[in-house]
Amino acid sequence: MRRRAFLTLSAASIGGALVYSLDRKAQLLSAKTTQKIRIPLRFFSEAEALIVAAAAARIFPSDENGPGAKEAAVVVYIDRQLAGPWGIDKHRYTQAPFDADAPAEFGYQGQATPRQIYRNGLKDLGGFDRLGPSVQDERLKQIEKTRFFMLLHENTIEGMFCDPVHGGNADMVGWQLIGFPGPRMSNFEDVDKHFGEIFRPKPITLAQATGSKRRLSEDTE
Amino acid sequence: MKTLPHVDVVIVGGGWSGLLMAKELGSRTPLSVVVLERGPHRQTSDYADQMDEVDFSLRLHMMQDASRETFTLRHKADQRALPVRQFGSFLPGSGVGGAGEHWNGVFPRYQPDIFQLRARTVEKYGAGRLPEDHAIEDWGLTYDELEPFYGRGDLLLGISGKAGNIRGQKIEGGNIFEGWRSAEYPTPPTKIPYFSSLFAEAAKKLGYHPYPTPAANLSQPYTNPDRVTRSACFYCGFCERFGCMVGAKAQPTNVLLPVIEKRKSIAIRTGAQVRRIVHDKQGNGGRARGVSYFDERGNEFFQPADLVFLASWTLNNTRLLLLSGVGEPYDPQTRKGTVGRNLTHQVHFGAATAFFEKPLNRFMGSGASGIHISDFDGDVFDHSALPFLRGGNLYAPSYGARPIANFGVVPPSVKSRWGSAWKKAAVECYDRNGTIIFSAEHLAYRGNYMDLDPTYKDHWGDPLLRLTLDWRDNERKMAEFATAKAAELARAMGATEVSTFSGLHSYDATRYQSTHVQGGTIMGASPERSVVNSYGQHWQMPNLFVLGASCFPQNASANPTPTVLAITSRTAEAVLERYLKKPGTLV
Repeated sequence: MRRRAFLTLSAASIGGALVYSLDRKAQLLSAKTTQKIRIPLRFFSEAEALIVAAAAARIFPSDENGPGAKEAAVVVYIDRQLAGPWGIDKHRYTQAPFDADAPAEFGYQGQATPRQIYRNGLKDLGGFDRLGPSVQDERLKQIEKTRFFMLLHENTIEGMFCDPVHGGNADMVGWQLIGFPGPRMSNFEDVDKHFGEIFRPKPITLAQATGSKRRLSEDTE
Repeated sequence: MKTLPHVDVVIVGGGWSGLLMAKELGSRTPLSVVVLERGPHRQTSDYADQMDEVDFSLRLHMMQDASRETFTLRHKADQRALPVRQFGSFLPGSGVGGAGEHWNGVFPRYQPDIFQLRARTVEKYGAGRLPEDHAIEDWGLTYDELEPFYGRGDLLLGISGKAGNIRGQKIEGGNIFEGWRSAEYPTPPTKIPYFSSLFAEAAKKLGYHPYPTPAANLSQPYTNPDRVTRSACFYCGFCERFGCMVGAKAQPTNVLLPVIEKRKSIAIRTGAQVRRIVHDKQGNGGRARGVSYFDERGNEFFQPADLVFLASWTLNNTRLLLLSGVGEPYDPQTRKGTVGRNLTHQVHFGAATAFFEKPLNRFMGSGASGIHISDFDGDVFDHSALPFLRGGNLYAPSYGARPIANFGVVPPSVKSRWGSAWKKAAVECYDRNGTIIFSAEHLAYRGNYMDLDPTYKDHWGDPLLRLTLDWRDNERKMAEFATAKAAELARAMGATEVSTFSGLHSYDATRYQSTHVQGGTIMGASPERSVVNSYGQHWQMPNLFVLGASCFPQNASANPTPTVLAITSRTAEAVLERYLKKPGTLV
């Protein structure tokens, strides 16, 4: 068994308040703290995690228009998805023959699993996290058409807006950014009101709404 | 293979049609009924904890597991088919309730003339207007015969809506183009969210006839004729790909299971993967003897039965007939054989996306709280001077937008797909856009069909079902026509920018369209051109019935569930009133 890797982040950089640890205990952290937190990684090495975090931060940057992949801890989401059944194509049809060059309307027909696609893609991005933003963007433009970038792009959006229990959308920063209130149990009184006006109920996570202790897909392997 | 004790009735599949048949036969007779369902048990209390977009919408936890069983696809018969490795354009359900658990609940009836599509089209436009390689067939039944059973479905599910045609009398505010119905809907229309209400105003302004989408998502609490009570919809926005946490959206588990569970004579076996219909010789006197299946541990069983109902997810009905050697496989060259013919997939796409200055608060809604117009449906409008036949419904749903699926829609003026400029636009637009959908007919063609794949196998070693499927000019031109109408509506809604559908090119297995894939075991008036009669009864094997949309000769614009339920009810009635008294062919 390989030695467990950790990703060390400053608490202030992610969300600011609420981060789910590996055993899903919420850690309350203050946005102003200088505290560092160590997040155990399930799939990536620390070096890989830093590259993925840096690339996701260029796809969904933190800027004057609000928080991005960094604050949402998108890399933690991606790490957990890759470590779970999705990462090994547990539910994809994987019988041969494969045809990686098939037309796009047949979907991805290659043999590589998401884990392999990430591992291979990351090999080409060595040192990426230490480059300046404009050089980083140039590097990403070069790989824009690859399956790796496509997955990274999709997974970044997922990590921005998933329920925080999956590791991303820390402190619901993604939901707050776009005004999604989470799994709100009833909109009965509001659904035909507020026409043309902003209506933004305070977001809640699924665990807060239902006390859910459902086993997540990424925890089933 | 272990032989189990004999039962009167075995039903393959525990979705809408299978469980409706189980309820009817099991609660109105003393017959012993076994339902074999490949997936797990499901119930309303499971669903609140499942309001999770990642596991249910992206990882498709309620669907058929593609790693074990999928389909292959090619566009033309001279191509090599490739497997659908992850479901995209349609989402086969699995588990008790089937796809009826995770549907949206949109509940329109079919246009009356769809049942005689060939005869009516020839009558009005001449045989020369039928596309060259069409395979359009009449159903061997009429809307008038089916109407009472449509009515039963409305009452069973408590459909919310406003009638537009009660016994021929047109009613403003309802769908004035619909077939006659004997009564008003059991419950009033659902609440209408902002985006849909903008569409209603615009449609009215343009002279169309908007009406509230008929919904299986209850507008108010309702008790059905079986004394099953369900609560009103909360508009939480978790319908499609999810089960309803309060049972407001009609699902087999909240409408049919409460009755079934009271009857000791009905058993539902989960984790039962049916492999074959076991039968004696075919032709006159041929009989189904039961079915064979694997349980979850891989043990194989033979379940003998007097009556066999095949009610699996639509395409799987065709596959089971082919694997079991029941009937003659269809050959598109010679046009001999019938099993696998008339594969269709409802034309369904986002025709125009409207971008607004004002927010829409579109996290609120339900799968069927929306506004439809049928002004371009079926043959409601004249096609004499148009380059295509038939049509569809334009509608503005307010599903309740979930963030992962809906983030990233930007107007045509924004070119980037990542980085700061894209993020700014995507965040600003997130709650300021909505899409007008076109849902339309798909005609049957000779070259769109199913057979067994020569290369790819399922988890148990059986060949996958191969789909040969592509669009024709009729659909492409219809799509162009509807896209222009949708863009006009979007502008009339006050959109600042509008992006439109890029057109139907070749069939795309990755773009979600609808789960309304149909045909393969079609019904009709003669055994030469169809697999089953209008009761779903197999022409050569009278104790075998096929239920569901695999029996539909071509694809209508409306969602199929109301018609699936109506035809299943009609079959149940005929079995109860006639077949059980004198087993044999019903026509």
